[in-house]
Amino acid sequence: MAKPLTITEKIILNHTDLQEISSGDIVNARVDLALGNDITAPIAIKEFSAIGVDAVFDRKKIALVPDHFVPNKDILSAKQAKMMREFAKKFDIENYFECGEAGVEHALLPEKGIVLPGDLVVGADSHTCTYGALGAFATGVGSTDLAYAMAFGELWLKVPESIKVIFEGKPKKWVSGKDLVLYLIGQIGVEGANYMALEFTGSTFKHLGMSDRLTISNMAIEAGAKSGIFEPDEITENYVKSRAKRDYIFYKSDEGAEYAKILNYNTETINPQVAFPHLPENSIDINEASAKNIKIDQSVIGSCTNGRIEDLRIAAEILKGKKIAKYTRLIVIPATPDIYRMAEKEGLIDIFMDAGGVVSAPTCGPCLGGYMGILADGERAISSTNRNFKGRMGDVTSEVYLANPAVCAASAILGKIAGPDEVVS
Amino acid sequence: MIFKGKVFKFGDNIDTDAIIPARYLNDSSEENLKKHCMEDADETFSSKVAKGDFIVAGNNFGCGSSREHAPIAIKSCGVPIVIAKSFARIFYRNSFNIGLFILSADTDGIENGDILEVNTDTGEIKNQTKNTVIKAKPIPKFMSELVNAGGLIAYAKKKIKEGKK
Repeated sequence: MAKPLTITEKIILNHTDLQEISSGDIVNARVDLALGNDITAPIAIKEFSAIGVDAVFDRKKIALVPDHFVPNKDILSAKQAKMMREFAKKFDIENYFECGEAGVEHALLPEKGIVLPGDLVVGADSHTCTYGALGAFATGVGSTDLAYAMAFGELWLKVPESIKVIFEGKPKKWVSGKDLVLYLIGQIGVEGANYMALEFTGSTFKHLGMSDRLTISNMAIEAGAKSGIFEPDEITENYVKSRAKRDYIFYKSDEGAEYAKILNYNTETINPQVAFPHLPENSIDINEASAKNIKIDQSVIGSCTNGRIEDLRIAAEILKGKKIAKYTRLIVIPATPDIYRMAEKEGLIDIFMDAGGVVSAPTCGPCLGGYMGILADGERAISSTNRNFKGRMGDVTSEVYLANPAVCAASAILGKIAGPDEVVS
Repeated sequence: MIFKGKVFKFGDNIDTDAIIPARYLNDSSEENLKKHCMEDADETFSSKVAKGDFIVAGNNFGCGSSREHAPIAIKSCGVPIVIAKSFARIFYRNSFNIGLFILSADTDGIENGDILEVNTDTGEIKNQTKNTVIKAKPIPKFMSELVNAGGLIAYAKKKIKEGKK
């Protein structure tokens, strides 16, 4: 009988010419999609030219999404976006998105059905692991990797060991995928899954939607993981069936597959989390965080982590009919044009603006300290994004606290880190 | 190969935002990246570092973003090797891909300003200041092939030339 495999091993194996693989092997794997953005693609394009091939391996299997500093924040950013646009034009790249149809890449590609269950995806962006939510093997790589993948349609990969993470029970009110992943990182640390695949399972995920799974897989990298995968199920099927324009495969881990570790958590005891500066592992319970009376200058709701329509709905539920605190800024960034449009139709944009917030066009912008909400010295932000490293959102003395959109909304209203229950009766 | 140089010591979890802050990512030229290398961890680094010096750190060096600008910035400063207790995986593969040596070793005994002699073939790290020797973890065969070829692109070109691609 064949050796039982994890879902991750199976997907990788089926993208090689090998008969069997084991974790730790270095293999050449075929890629279904290679992606880059306006920051990472320019270096990849330079390296691609250096290889000396005269075509990309498949114009349909490359995605180039200008999202980090787009709409162009300055002349240098404009040059980088231009370089990517010209490359896309030259090779007639099918999945190139111009500003206006582009959004934050990891929100956009699942939404458009460009990444699907069973795919092997490499992306020159660390949050490429987001697509694990769909049951794909997806991992962040560098620009040189992207160049190689665009030229040859394959890439070297070390087959990772897996950690199985089981969340059991129904989440409390206001507890979302963001809280579960911040809690997990708090437990295992920012290096807790280094080089490994996280495999999420348990009854909790029947109570949460695809949006929460995308958030959890998105932040697998913040525990150092290579990927963060969910076994596809009915929720996956419902999400992908209307979006997919090609076939997809549901893989499952075999009974008896080997795991480096199995972690069990009781979701029913987990409250919304806030990760304190300057590491995502510094997560604490919202009640404890609120009691510290931490004043904030800015609240950001958006990003590949929490800029989907579900996130905006939760924020709007809390902000409806309320005003944010004086001298506090609220920046809301729908992650894609479709999300923006939906938010407009549902009246969410009005709610944010009536509350005193500003709504930006889709961009990664402030998440990485690019633009559209940079912090001055000593300022503090609460943010629905994914990293709170020193200087991440601006000046090196500024601070970022990570939380779910509900906590970000409540904190904007009170001008201090606060839980949703403090503002909603 | 044998390298000799002075140590710039850093702590745990030096993230890619500290190695090269995103505010400088609108220009991927080596000149620009070199100027701002390690700026948010030590703003004097780029003015003090000399060709051949080493970066030595604790756990999880290079965590965070996939930006290849980070190892490029380090390599552009003339730093030939980064030695740390452990590395985040994307930084690790990026470094090999661009031909920057990465060694994992117990760096606790190494201090800022120490002079090291590093043999990348044997993984032996001689601390001349402290008169001690430590051994780095061996590098997987494929990885040394990559770095010895001069990185992934040079490796790819070699394959094309050999008719394997």
